[in-house]
This record gives sequence, structure tokens and C-alpha cells, in this order.
Amino acid sequence: MAALSSLRVVVPQVDITRGASGAQGAHSAGAVGDKAFFGLRSGQRLGAEVGRVTLRGCGVAVPAGNVRATAAASKVVKEKAKSEKAQLLVTKEEGLELYEDMVLGRSFEDMCAQMYYRGKMFGFVHLYNGQEAVSTGFIKLLRKEDYVTSTYRDHVHALSKGVPARQVMAELFGKTTGCCRGQGGSMHMFSAEHGLLGGFAFIGEGIPVAVGAAFSSKYKREVLKDDKADTVSIAFFGDGTANNGQFFECLNMAQLWKLPVIFVVENNLWAIGMSHYRSTSDVEIWKKGPAFGMASAHVDGMDVLKVREVAKEAVARARRGDGPTLIECETYRFRGHSLADPDELRSPAEKAHYAARDPIVALKKYLLENELATEADLKSIEKKIDDVVEDAVEFADASPLPQRSQLLENVFADPKGFGIGPDGKYRCEDPGFTAGTAQV
Amino acid sequence: MLGALSRNRPLLALLRGGNGGDKAASAALWAASKRFMSSDNTITVREALNSAIDEEMSADNKVFVMGEEVGEYQGAYKVTKGLLQKFGPDRVLDTPITEAGFTGLGVGAAMYGLKPIVEFMTFNFAMQAIDHLINSAAKTNYMSGGTINVPIVFRGPNGAAAGVAAQHSQCFAAWYGQVPGLKVLVPYDAEDARGLMKAAIRDPDPVVFLENELLYGESFPVSQEVLDPSFTLPIGKAKIMREGDDLTIVTFSKMVGYALKAADELAKEGISVEVVNLRSIRPLDRETINASVRKTSRLLTLEEGWPQHGVGAEICASVVEESFYYLDAPVERICGADVPMPYAANLERLAVPQIDDVIRAARRACFRKEEKKQATA
Repeated sequence: MAALSSLRVVVPQVDITRGASGAQGAHSAGAVGDKAFFGLRSGQRLGAEVGRVTLRGCGVAVPAGNVRATAAASKVVKEKAKSEKAQLLVTKEEGLELYEDMVLGRSFEDMCAQMYYRGKMFGFVHLYNGQEAVSTGFIKLLRKEDYVTSTYRDHVHALSKGVPARQVMAELFGKTTGCCRGQGGSMHMFSAEHGLLGGFAFIGEGIPVAVGAAFSSKYKREVLKDDKADTVSIAFFGDGTANNGQFFECLNMAQLWKLPVIFVVENNLWAIGMSHYRSTSDVEIWKKGPAFGMASAHVDGMDVLKVREVAKEAVARARRGDGPTLIECETYRFRGHSLADPDELRSPAEKAHYAARDPIVALKKYLLENELATEADLKSIEKKIDDVVEDAVEFADASPLPQRSQLLENVFADPKGFGIGPDGKYRCEDPGFTAGTAQV
Repeated sequence: MLGALSRNRPLLALLRGGNGGDKAASAALWAASKRFMSSDNTITVREALNSAIDEEMSADNKVFVMGEEVGEYQGAYKVTKGLLQKFGPDRVLDTPITEAGFTGLGVGAAMYGLKPIVEFMTFNFAMQAIDHLINSAAKTNYMSGGTINVPIVFRGPNGAAAGVAAQHSQCFAAWYGQVPGLKVLVPYDAEDARGLMKAAIRDPDPVVFLENELLYGESFPVSQEVLDPSFTLPIGKAKIMREGDDLTIVTFSKMVGYALKAADELAKEGISVEVVNLRSIRPLDRETINASVRKTSRLLTLEEGWPQHGVGAEICASVVEESFYYLDAPVERICGADVPMPYAANLERLAVPQIDDVIRAARRACFRKEEKKQATA
């Protein structure tokens, strides 16, 4: 299987250039509408035996053949319910919402590329084309007060979470009307209002932060006795991050303290130019969960409906207090790592294979085939999104650059800082200071 | 039972935040309730830190402590003694040995509205977590355009201890002092420890609180005001520990004690030394430093850390920039030796400043003694 020496090119376990209809175990791409499988139950002994269990409260089924013979027994497979009529996975409203969100992500990123080449955007810009199903599939199930952390590839996570396209575009242009007033940039999208806690340039950095937000949620419920505190947090990161130490530290702590966090690995097989197969001893990332006693799953990340099914269960588990989940999404980025990446190492065959599995095209096909929407509906959505993106560009263009004085602002939250209140006196002399906060 | 409760009620009311009652009486009541207190109000730095954290946790239940051995072990250096028993395991968390992970977790919790106190067993171990200290704690308020702040305190012992060798003895004041977005505090005595810790916990920004292991057990007399639960010290203000006219020694943490002892010796030779206890590395109290140098005309900086790009370098630069024409002698910098800390006891003594080094450098600086200058600031 994997090469022992890094000098040889590693042949992936699965031939990804084969057609979509082949059943190839964990990496198979079923047709859209096939149900996802959800492997969990970390408490089981490892071994060759694989059990069959129906997941509580979830009518989801999977093709029985999708089991790897060598898989650990912690994966559970469900029987496929062969029915005459395919069970619809979404309602019309939900379907259109998903479609709109994915088209927004795609159009926005395409516009970013254009703007970059025209010099309006600068620095490091990492685009999300091709991975929309993961962002839409997970984030559209969250509430506004739930939290998301991401990496530098965060534009679409921001949009899915509800940050207005205008604010994201203005931030990318470095204007003062951006979501971070132009001080963050492409890699540092933050929004307190929409629960986006970054935007981190260092991979792996966002994972402990998401775990911390989940910790707060549990703390508020148990220590501050706030029964309504059941927010969930999701950490999005890539295959390269799954080899980083912080990731493992967080898997341990999250499972140890049963925190309401979901670890989503967007495995697009490449970390800049480093193939996942060349850098990882065991390429199946979902397997790292059971090593910590954590429920985990692998899902086809090019299929938004499958992602959504798995996400629903994971979010429900977290909100109930059943603890964290690790979900590996097999996905692909259609563009290079960043706009500066010549993208020479990926084979055209691989790119073509995944281009054929474009999540937006797949959802469109599903909606039309199942008569959930007409061509006209979808066209009108696309037109609407074009307008939104155009408007965002115009807004960003017209917005002012930050003023010179903004350079020194926002270093500290405490504006006068340094223990001195707005009246010029030392805070400790203020009789109200015992109230326990420096907020003025 | 009822009698015990009624005795405690005024105490509890006091601990929940001053209610305008007779301050001296309530402070005395509070002091009497603390069994470790001797009658002349002397407390150790450890007790000062412990009581500060205890009071802040009582006053605000969003404050919690996390770190290695802070709970059941009562703290690796016993600074968090008794907190687990009082507040429970939900608020005093024993973490696994995962600095990067739990520091980031603390930052995430702070971004979401809680107030963590993250203990590093020593700040050397914080190097495994320094990415989160700098990149997610210090920089977030700026990167988010002021919308997300991080009210977190990172505390632990810093600098040389005794015989713990190279990887356990580094002083990080200069490293953290360089970062915009961090507040860096360096207490010396019990008053500093109490006041600065309370200010740090209440502060809405990330604070790096550099303690010193060898100071934990030292006792200092404190006034009634210091023992009051509402006592805090301003962040960014240095303290003149001892006034003088001939030479200014600017220093922090354990070296303040050395400077004071050196000052006593030098006084016998007729050299009057002013000792400035920085209390805060960032922001640096340049006003106090420069006002003192303009009064005395001579500067000596004293620190345990390495010389190049150290705290003393910044102080010297600040004084040369702002008070150049007031200087009567070249600025003197006393620092730790430019080597990783050796293990052998005699070498270790040579690697950190001793009181004799301070005295000799002070005499050198006073070699050209001129008439006294007026204070101008």
C-alpha cells in the first residue's frame, strides 16, 4: 500500500479515475440521492466483524456493499432500504436554499479570482471552488449563535454563516466597510454577530478555538446554569491539518470532556503541492476518531445531500450532549491552493474526474429529476446571485479605504487601556470597580 | 449552625463587592477570617495570588482556572491551593499535557464570553502554545476590527529558578513585551501580585502574567487597603520603591529585591539610589522612567533575561531618545549571561546578576558625579 520511502510516488489505494458507478468502499461516489453511511460506535472492539445497526431516529440507509474488508469494527453499516420511490432528502424550500448558497459560494469565488487578476485584491487568496457542498451541507443546519472556525480558505464559510457578501468583498478589497474593517483580510474573516470565530492562517489553529467555544457552551449550561445554552461549534480544516499535533490534542480533550464540537475534515487530497498519500501514514482520516474513543464518519463531500444527512446527525448529537464527532469529507478544490499556485502537480485526469462530480451540477440534477424545482426557478436563483455578487463588488469598490488613524486602533479592547478609565483616573479608584468588569 | 451563618454574612457581603460599610472594619474582618494571616498583615506572594484569584472567581462566575495540576494537586507551586475544593471541577480544570490545545481552547472560550485563567507550569512550556498566545489571543481584537476581544489571563512562573537548567530557566519578558495586543505584567511583592492579578482578570484583553518561582514563598507586609477585595493596581504604571537622587535603577520581578538590597549598601557609600519597579513590561511606563532619569541623570537597568533585544535594551533606547541631554553617564545594562542557563551551581550564580554586580555597576555609573538636577517631569 503506502510507500515506505518518500522517493517513490505513492499510488493511491483507490483508483479515483474510475467511473462513478463502481462500488469502491470508502471512496466510492454514489449517485446523488444515495444515502450516506455513518460509521460510529467507538466503544466496540476493533476486529474484523462488522455489525449492522439502525441509527436511532434516522431513516437513512446505505448500500450494503460499501464496506471495506479491512475496516475497523468501529464502523457500522446500515441496510439499504430498497424502495420503489426514492426517498426525497429535502423539501423544495430546503433544496433551493442549498442551491442558492452553493451558487453564491461559487460565483463569489469566481469573482474573487477576477478581482485579484485586476489588482483589486491582493496578498494570499485561497478559493473554495468545488468544496461548496461541505460548507453548505454543514453550516445551513446551524443557528446564528452557533460557532464556526475555519482556515484561510474561509470566504465561503463566512458567506454560508450569513456574513453579507458586501462585507466579505469589502474586507477582501481592504476597505473600512469590511467585516473586520479591512484589518483582517482574506485569511482572517471574523464576525461576532454571525458566530464566525476566524479565519486562521495557521492550519490547526482554529481547531482548539472551536473546542474552546464548545467548552463555553457546556460551561454556560452546567456552571452558569443557563438551560438554553446548547450552541454547537464546527471546526473546518483540511487533510494537511489532520497530521498536526493540535488536532490530536483537541480530539482527546473534546472527547474527554464531551464537548459539543464537530471536527470537519475537508479532505481535498492536496496540501498545496503535497499529496495526502505522500504525507500521511494512514490515509483514512476518519479512523483517527475511534483512536480517541470518538464517533467518526466518512462521507462523499461532493454530494451536498449526503453531507447534510451526516451533519444533521452530528449536530443533533452535539446539541444533546453526546459529545464530538469527526467527519471526513472527500472533496476537491477545482482551483489551485491559492491564486498564486501554478497547480502543476495534480493530474488532469484527477481534475476531470472531480469536475464531473461538481456539487452544484449534481444538486441541480437532483432537484430537476425529482421535480423539486424547475429550470426557471434555478435560473432565477442564479440571476439573483449574479446581482448580489455584482452589488458586492460595486459596494466594495465605492467604499473608502481605512483612515490613517485606524492603524493604531483596536489593538486593545480596553480603549484607554492601561488601567485608566475614560475620566482619566485609575480604574482601581472607581467605587464601581468592584462590579468586576473593566467595561466602560 | 445559624450562629456561624450570621457571622459569615457580613463577610460574604464584603466579598461580593464593597457595600459602602466601614472600610477599615470590614477589611479587618476579612483579614481575620484568613487563617494564614498573621496579625501584622504579612502575606506571601503565593497567598496574594491565591487570594486574588479566589476573590475574582467568587465575584464573577465566568472566571475559571485551567492548567496542569491546578486542581487535585493543588497547583504545581500551590498557587491554586484550595480552589478546587471551593469551586469544584467545573471551574478548576486539570488539563492533559497539551499546551497548544488547551491554550487555544482557553482563547476560544474567551472569545465566546468566559474569562479563563490559563496556568502554564512554567512559561517555558508556553513555547508549545505560543502560536495561540500571539496569533489567536494577541492579534484577534485587531484582526477582527475590534469586534471580538479575548479577556484571558496567561500566568505562571517565569525566569530562572534554582538548578533547573537551560530548558526551565528562560525569561520571556522581552519576547511577549514586543507583541502589540498583549499586556505583560511582572509583579514583585505581594501587593503587586494581588493588585495586578485582579486587574489582569478584570481586563478585557489578553494579559501575560509573569510570576517568579523563587518569590512565591517570600513574605511582604501589606496595608489594609491591599487586602480589600476591591483593590487593584493600574496596568502600565511603574512604582518608585525607593526614592533617590544619584542613580536610577529600573528593574522588575525578583531583581527589584536585589536592587533594594544594593541600594541599602550603596547608601552607606553616599550614593542615593532610586529604584523603579516596572510592574508592567507592556505597556512600559516611559513617563516614570524618564522622569526619574531626569532627576538623577544616571540609569542602570537590571534584568535576569538575556541581553540582546532585552527589556533593558528598550529602556535604554527610550531614555536615550527622550532624556539624552539629562544623562551624565553612559547607560548601564545588567542582564543575565548570554548563554543557556548552566546547571552547575557556581556557573548558575555567574549566569544571573548578583547584588555585587549591581553595586559595582552603580559605582561605575556614578564615577562622574555632578551637582543634582531638578526634576522636570
